[in-house]
Amino acid sequence: MAQAIVNDNKKKNTLLRKLLKNKLASIGLVIVAIMTIIAIFAPLIATHPPNEMSIGKSFLPVNTEGHLLGTDNYGRDLFSRLIYGTRISMIVGIAAVLFGAIFGTLLGLLAGYFGGRLDSMIMRTMDGLFAFPFILLAITLMTVLGQGLVNVIVAIGIANIPGFARLVRGQVLSVKEEEFIEVTHSLGATHKRIIFSHILPNCMAPLIVYGTMSTAGAIISEAALSFLGLGIQPPTASWGSILKDGKDFLVLNPQMATYSGICILLTVLGINLLGDGLRDALDPKMKV
Amino acid sequence: MGSYILKRLINLIPTLLVVAIIVFVITRLIPGDPAAVMLGPQASVEDVANLRDELGLNESVPAQFISYVADLAQLNLGHSYSYSESVIGLILERFPNTVILALAALVIAVVIGIPAGILAARKQNKMIDYAVMLVSLVGVSMPIFWLGIMLVLLFSVNLGWLPATGMGSLEDGVWTYIKHLILPAFALATIPMATFARITRSSMLEVISQDYIKTARSKGIKEYLVIGKHAFKNALTPILTVLGMQISNLLGGAVLTETIFSWPGMGRLIVDAIDKRDFVVVQGTVIFIALIFVLINLAVDILYKVVNPKVNLESDGGKK
Repeated sequence: MAQAIVNDNKKKNTLLRKLLKNKLASIGLVIVAIMTIIAIFAPLIATHPPNEMSIGKSFLPVNTEGHLLGTDNYGRDLFSRLIYGTRISMIVGIAAVLFGAIFGTLLGLLAGYFGGRLDSMIMRTMDGLFAFPFILLAITLMTVLGQGLVNVIVAIGIANIPGFARLVRGQVLSVKEEEFIEVTHSLGATHKRIIFSHILPNCMAPLIVYGTMSTAGAIISEAALSFLGLGIQPPTASWGSILKDGKDFLVLNPQMATYSGICILLTVLGINLLGDGLRDALDPKMKV
Repeated sequence: MGSYILKRLINLIPTLLVVAIIVFVITRLIPGDPAAVMLGPQASVEDVANLRDELGLNESVPAQFISYVADLAQLNLGHSYSYSESVIGLILERFPNTVILALAALVIAVVIGIPAGILAARKQNKMIDYAVMLVSLVGVSMPIFWLGIMLVLLFSVNLGWLPATGMGSLEDGVWTYIKHLILPAFALATIPMATFARITRSSMLEVISQDYIKTARSKGIKEYLVIGKHAFKNALTPILTVLGMQISNLLGGAVLTETIFSWPGMGRLIVDAIDKRDFVVVQGTVIFIALIFVLINLAVDILYKVVNPKVNLESDGGKK
């Protein structure tokens, strides 16, 4: 047991070392770490309460009266709103992908392991879900569910399910045929034990890579939904809703649109860099 | 080949049925009375009752589903209240505009993305390779709705070179038409372009390192022939797979791009219909897009088989 833990630590260390050797992946890791810190410590970093309005002070330019990036149409501090927006993005990114990963993985495990009619039933449904462009599925779900943080997570989470299910099913099919599974089976292990102790661990590497990449997609989707007015409810600050307001005042005050988009781009880029690095380190055969 | 296409067409039916079920279930999840929601708070009780009747909401759920599927089979997507027009009519009016935008974006993506990927692969680990890879990484990470706004800010507001919104009419000349198309098409092309560059590079690198390429080179075949004829042809399969997936990206991205550039296509129709709470239009357009997507994917799969006859699509149902 102790040996196993040591081995496990060693594995993690080599993964981290591989990542740090890769320059681009290190940059990604740093960006993701900074964004996570900003999200956690938002109240300490923000210079103003994010929803505090002051009507006389709308559209202040950059760096005036203590407003680092100026103010928006309601006189709210743009810098503080962007800082708090990091929270929304990170929460949605992580929670929506976890939602999709948990349900998708379960469905993929069931479909791949048991096969037969259960498999075709699950995978037909997944194919059906795949027929909708990702963002369109999320939009449709949001029109039904209504605005709000939890609904955004559920909508993007559901849109993520088919991708995970397909990935895991494919992985299960290739692992299932291996000798050690047959041996475990003949030794009397239950299906549950085989699935969760033997098959699932073998799916982890591609799951981690795919999950990381999906987080980037989920963050963009949340921004897109909020941009369309379907996502996070105002006045809560989200990068997408700041961009939406910024679009309406583009000529008068271009910084709202500019900086909110830079936040989205930088975060997504960081996650993609990290994802690329993880793929190269864990699963080099996986494509784009 | 013919029997393969026929088989795939028959296989479409269950997929489309699942698509119909999904949309049916989602729209039935609307909390409260969809008729009341659609007509807004000012509506009279009578109007709501009438709409309920018309939408068939008073029937049992299985009966609703059967009449819904029967309507779908005849491409009857219902009648829109806010537009007082049939939904299919609304869609067919705008569908060509979305196709033009998506095709323009696809052409830009292919014409720039694939050569960029080949170039990067040929100059592996040189400056140009890093540049292509960096730009394409930023490209795949791009929130295109933001890029669209920034393009408007730069080229319309600041430089005044290109119109910010709308679609040009061909009667005003081809140049006016193209001028309106440039910004939205480029915004929409960004992610597919970057994806093509990345997949082309990695797939070319894999092919270039193989023995037969070395043999071809050692035989003295000109480099452009080695790359263009021998290597690229074999690198094409993964590129085609990505092409199929990018269609989905283009259709989804069109919703956002059309909103920013007020492009009169299906994406804008959806967003406008959401604003007007016209769920019949939302539902119809979403189903229509899913149908188009399924058909395009079928076409890509067939193309796949033409390019690479060895591929056995039957084994996994032709799904990627």
